[in-house]
Amino acid sequence: MGSIENLVTQIQGLSGSVDDIAHLHNILKIADESLHAEPSALSSVLDQVDPAKHSLGYLYFLEAFTFGPVSKEQALTLIPILARFINCCDAQQIRFAPDKFVSVCKRFKDHVLLIESPLRGVSPMRAAVRKLQTTSEHLTTLHPDFLLLCILSKSYNIGLSVLEDDIFDVDQPRDLFLYCYYGGMICIGQKRFRKALELLHNVVTAPMNTINAIAVEAYKKYILVSLIHYGQFSTSLPKYASSAAQRNLKNFCQPYIELATTYSSGKIAEFKVYVDTNREKFDNDKNLGLVKQVVSSMYKHNIQRLTQTYLTLSLQDIANTVQLGSPKEAEMHVLQMIQDGEIFATINQKDGMVRFLEDPEQYKTCQMIERIDSSIQRIMTLSRKLNAMDELMSYDPLYLSKVLFPQVGRERQRFDFDDFDTVPQKFPI
Amino acid sequence: MEPEDEIYENGGGEQPPPRSKPIISGEQLDVETYASLYRDRTKVARLLFIADRCDNEAMPLEALGMEALRMAYDEIKKGENTQLFREVVGKIRGRLGDKYEMDAAWCETVDRRAEQKKEKLENELNSYRTNLIKESIRMGYNDFGDFHYAHGALGDAFKSYVRTRDYCTTSKHIISMCMNAILVSIEMGQFTHVTSYVSKAEQTPDALDPITVAKLRCAAGLAHLETKKYKLAARKFLETGPELGSHYNEVIAPQDVATYGGLCALASFDRTELKNKVIDNLNFRNFLELVPEVRELINDFYSSHYASCLEYLGNLKPNLLLDIHLHDHVETLYDQIRHKALIQYTHPFVSVDLRMMANAFKTSVAGLEKELEALITDNQIQARIDSHNKILYARHADQRNATFQRVLQTGSEFDRDVRSMLLRANLIKYDHNLRASRKL
Repeated sequence: MGSIENLVTQIQGLSGSVDDIAHLHNILKIADESLHAEPSALSSVLDQVDPAKHSLGYLYFLEAFTFGPVSKEQALTLIPILARFINCCDAQQIRFAPDKFVSVCKRFKDHVLLIESPLRGVSPMRAAVRKLQTTSEHLTTLHPDFLLLCILSKSYNIGLSVLEDDIFDVDQPRDLFLYCYYGGMICIGQKRFRKALELLHNVVTAPMNTINAIAVEAYKKYILVSLIHYGQFSTSLPKYASSAAQRNLKNFCQPYIELATTYSSGKIAEFKVYVDTNREKFDNDKNLGLVKQVVSSMYKHNIQRLTQTYLTLSLQDIANTVQLGSPKEAEMHVLQMIQDGEIFATINQKDGMVRFLEDPEQYKTCQMIERIDSSIQRIMTLSRKLNAMDELMSYDPLYLSKVLFPQVGRERQRFDFDDFDTVPQKFPI
Repeated sequence: MEPEDEIYENGGGEQPPPRSKPIISGEQLDVETYASLYRDRTKVARLLFIADRCDNEAMPLEALGMEALRMAYDEIKKGENTQLFREVVGKIRGRLGDKYEMDAAWCETVDRRAEQKKEKLENELNSYRTNLIKESIRMGYNDFGDFHYAHGALGDAFKSYVRTRDYCTTSKHIISMCMNAILVSIEMGQFTHVTSYVSKAEQTPDALDPITVAKLRCAAGLAHLETKKYKLAARKFLETGPELGSHYNEVIAPQDVATYGGLCALASFDRTELKNKVIDNLNFRNFLELVPEVRELINDFYSSHYASCLEYLGNLKPNLLLDIHLHDHVETLYDQIRHKALIQYTHPFVSVDLRMMANAFKTSVAGLEKELEALITDNQIQARIDSHNKILYARHADQRNATFQRVLQTGSEFDRDVRSMLLRANLIKYDHNLRASRKL
């Protein structure tokens, strides 16, 4: 008991400068085991330390205190304490012990899920993510947990605010898989299909040695979203996808591949029959909702195609070509699409004719120029980044030793270095 | 399109057959004249092909089929191929009376003779081989090839001919080896062999005589036709010199060169190419004279008389379907020609009245609309249909807008690709570091 009080005074004394905190960190690491030995004694001590000023010490106490399984009632009392700490702790201090912080946050997430109110976790988790991040490009282990809470509480908008950052630095590949998968689901929920495709594409093409369940599920959603958004799907993966993905993904997603093939035939009746016969499979994957969206997107894509070929077309003809039941139904579809800005057309109800117009965008407005300008700026930043990365890579000793002396490492070169192709692949020696 | 063709087919059948006839025409094929264009095995093969087609399709063409079988029977009996003989007799099924029954005695004598000849050839070849006289060995293998070929063992014949290659001393020998190999491979339907031996023959150092060149062009053309490379096929047939005459009628008749070449050219060439390489081609004109219909339809096509051009095509169709090389490609070629015609028709206009166009193509407005729709979707015609007023309006692409659109799209694609690339690179690096630190 005495040692703990000692510790408290040290924490109070050593929370000022960076050097002090580093010193304190060492002390805490040594004391960690004894803290875990008697977690019950800690509850009174917690009040003596200020979570904002003495974040590192508080973190160690809290971590030891919350260790082990908890009941629902305990969770209820713990959640406010944890939330308060996460919200007001000092980012610099907790970065001394990121793994402790991560495990505290994960426990917090588990508690929130235990009492089945994920919404309570969303805001603290967002704060936690922001505090743990060194830069906005950094993907932390907490990202996926935060997105999961967003999905469960259906607060997609908050999730999107984090998804808008471009991420490049990754701690654990598994985090990336989950982050992109959950992110894809959030974007699908918000009907931002382009972004969703990008995220899911990242999962499918990420380097992996063996196939994993996240990639498989992501691929299924990727197929569906690609059909909804583009109206087509190419079954071949890009060549930078890992060989494990190239070989195995398709075998796990057979019903979806067939769905895409049936879709491409453009025959809506056949497609519907296929969906109905395989309803159970899609339902088991919890993708039935998406599949239904695919069905309705088929009408849209067919109507869109008509705008390319016709100037005027009667509603009856539209109904016939896209296999809708009646001109009335066709009118509803066309109307909806005009409203959504997906086609440009006018309906003449007197003689039941639809007149398709050209895209009125003339690319003359200031907004358009600004948009292009910002796009150029963004791409310039990106290519600078690319160059920096390339340079960094070209004097990375590990990379050089692999590329220049491949015969030294007994292990055959297993990485695809196509992405950094400035150094010759083989160097004659 | 379909029902129309059937009308032509029927129309073709009803006309009275005899008249001074060009070989391929709207009237029913005259097998005898047709067969007289060819000799040797291709004659038999073509006759049998016709017989098969007529048999299968249960058209009112049975007489034609029987006629073809009868002539095949006679032709085979001149040769030594008992295997084929049995097949044909089986196909005749006694429908041609007593004269065309199974002739077991003939078969037996021929087989026995073949057996003896084979033994003799083997002995000869062995003695040549022990003496190591190159020329004689080559001759020996060649004889073997001829022997197998005559008896219908095409695979063996091919092997024997190819084996002579090691004993060829002059380029003349090489040419003759190649020609034999090509002949056999065409009959086997191995058109990859045909292409490779044609190029081999063309690579010989000595200048080839014009007849051989023409033969090689034909063989190459056939090979391209078979692999559906119609443009290349057309080029080869068009390059064929008039020296060909009837020198290559164990494979192809000059009439065929005109038909194959003409149709492939129509389907794959653009207007200037058609004018320069077909209509103004003096060499090819000689061939076209042999088949006036093809000449007429090419001219009609060029001068935009599409209705009459399509009519000629329709008339030709039933007979082309009986052609051993062309039958598979008739539909594709016809479709392509029709599409070409449609595209060419719309090209010069800003707006086209669909009713007039339908008239010119002898089809209904609705049908035409469907065809045009397919072509527009394929981006082969840049136009849009006003289906209310039945007018086709040409659509002039707005370069500026298109450029803007493309720029924005390319930008966002680049953006996305680079970002995911950086991410992947970082992941690989991470994995790399992890491995390295584990090793330490």
